[in-house]
Amino acid sequence: MTVQTAPAAEVTALPPVHRGGRATVLGLTGTAAVLLAMAALPYLVESGVTAQLVKLCYLVALASMWNLLAGYAGMMSMGQQAFIGLGAYLLFIVNDHGVNVYAGTLVVSAVVALLAWPVSYLAFRLRGGYFAVGTWVIAEVVRLIVVRFDSLGAASGRTLSDVTADPVLRRAFTYWLALAVMAAAVLGTYAVLRSRLGLSLQAIRDDDTAAGSLGVNVTRGKRIIYITAAAGCAAAGAVICVNSLGVASPTQIFGVQYSALMVFMVIIGGIGTIEGPVVGAIAYFLLDKYFAQSGVWYLIVVGAAAIVVSLYLPRGLWGTLAHRTGFAVFPVRHTVRL
Amino acid sequence: MTWLNAILQGVLLGGIFAMAAAGLSLVFGVMRIANLAHGDLMILGGYVASVTAAHYGVPVPVTIVVSMVAVGALGYLVQRSMLDRAMGIGELAPMLVTFGISVIIPNVLVQVFSSDAQPLPIGSLGTASIDLGGGLAIGWFPLITVAAAVAVLSSLHLFLYRTQPGRIVRATSDDRAVVRLMGVDNRRVYALTSVIAFATVALAGVLYTMRQGGVTPFEGQLTVLFAFETVIIGGLGSLWGTLAGGVVLGVAQSVGAQISPDLPLLAGHVVFLLVLVFRPQGLFGRSVLA
Repeated sequence: MTVQTAPAAEVTALPPVHRGGRATVLGLTGTAAVLLAMAALPYLVESGVTAQLVKLCYLVALASMWNLLAGYAGMMSMGQQAFIGLGAYLLFIVNDHGVNVYAGTLVVSAVVALLAWPVSYLAFRLRGGYFAVGTWVIAEVVRLIVVRFDSLGAASGRTLSDVTADPVLRRAFTYWLALAVMAAAVLGTYAVLRSRLGLSLQAIRDDDTAAGSLGVNVTRGKRIIYITAAAGCAAAGAVICVNSLGVASPTQIFGVQYSALMVFMVIIGGIGTIEGPVVGAIAYFLLDKYFAQSGVWYLIVVGAAAIVVSLYLPRGLWGTLAHRTGFAVFPVRHTVRL
Repeated sequence: MTWLNAILQGVLLGGIFAMAAAGLSLVFGVMRIANLAHGDLMILGGYVASVTAAHYGVPVPVTIVVSMVAVGALGYLVQRSMLDRAMGIGELAPMLVTFGISVIIPNVLVQVFSSDAQPLPIGSLGTASIDLGGGLAIGWFPLITVAAAVAVLSSLHLFLYRTQPGRIVRATSDDRAVVRLMGVDNRRVYALTSVIAFATVALAGVLYTMRQGGVTPFEGQLTVLFAFETVIIGGLGSLWGTLAGGVVLGVAQSVGAQISPDLPLLAGHVVFLLVLVFRPQGLFGRSVLA
């Protein structure tokens, strides 16, 4: 192999670096079209359909948040149910003070973001699997504290005091709320990843020690992600609360099942991609819709699928497709054209 | 005296936590895998004992051996068929595999045995105690579990520090690539570690089941937290720290229960979080941040 010395003039003219290009425009246009079509659904279809889509929307939001944590910042949290539950329960408090549930969702995610900030100092004492279980313990502590308040229904859950009276309007509003939370989660992730912070996050994802040695503030990046994911999960929790007009049981809303669900969706769809969690959430939504009545067998299949995919398809469904074709709806990679 | 009694019972309770944590600590120490299925494997061990006792008439003490052999064999299979491959993929994959196992185990148990409790009666041993006078009493069974925990931890210590296979396990934990250069197949070391770890987990599970009088499918979600808390309170990489961690957690829960019957879990978790804040390396450990 011969080493060619490039003429000085060519060294100064760096090869052009592209990101996305036409795909960015197409992807965003397509996404906007899908979101607009989804927003119009309450006028077009009966409320039973949109009621089901509410679930899909908060699943996508939850999966996107977990993907931010584990896929970009290497934090495998098993304790996001702390923020889902807090979102739901703080909505009671905000609602009791006369704020409607839709604006309340925004208030609640802001409050939970503030709460997550000090919590992150505790959680960041641990890493890897110990981080996973540490966050799980924090979620348990939050649950055990919340159920000590009789005004929040103690151990038996409670209902929202003030919701839209008209059922048709309420369903439409709930659906739009869920849709907005989903859009914010996915597009927010995209915006963050295209920013300077996103670049450091992707460096952290690939190798946090190397990223740190190159001057990336790893802890700061992780903390921002942790707080963002907490706010997102709180918003999803508020949507879950509005959708079922309250919380049936604190054990359920603070259940580790939510984290398990998030892990499953992200792994199936493809960790470390923006589209993967969306694909995973759709896959889980369909699985749940058609096989949930087969009871525990379905959960056994879910567990087995998580193992098989993480062993034989570690990039997940979308990740594998994107890796083979180079296709992306939300391109964040830079490419050099030589 | 009630407080002294609460502390005493807490120390005895800690024996089970310490034993449950030993297997977890070993797997993490050697393979850097945080086994999220740990609690469910404990429960599985309890089920094996309970079912062999109830359906096949095996004497209860023998069920301990049956359970350790069965779950130990499962450990070999899981390591060879899944974890070896997962460890080659990255850091997240082994954790996800154990996560998948933790979803499968309780649901298979519900499917096969329903969600009713499976009893494992130990007869009069469950209530027999040594009276120390002044309202203090040490139950024979809790005393046996503490003795068993000390025995298991000591054996592990002797194995790791005084035998050739133990030295190889420690060497593999330090640097598997170098150990391979020395002609040792690290996968065999991992398989051995898994078998030992799973067998001790089964023992902990059977003793836990005996203590509770029975076992239900989803209790693993609770015991996995106790096991992890014990390891972190005691400090990673320290077997005696693990024993101390179990005792601290046991006393916290027991004293919490003495204050109010709905407090033991919260008290245990809070002590764990306090250790994280003020002594993140654990009571006896080097560093949790390793």
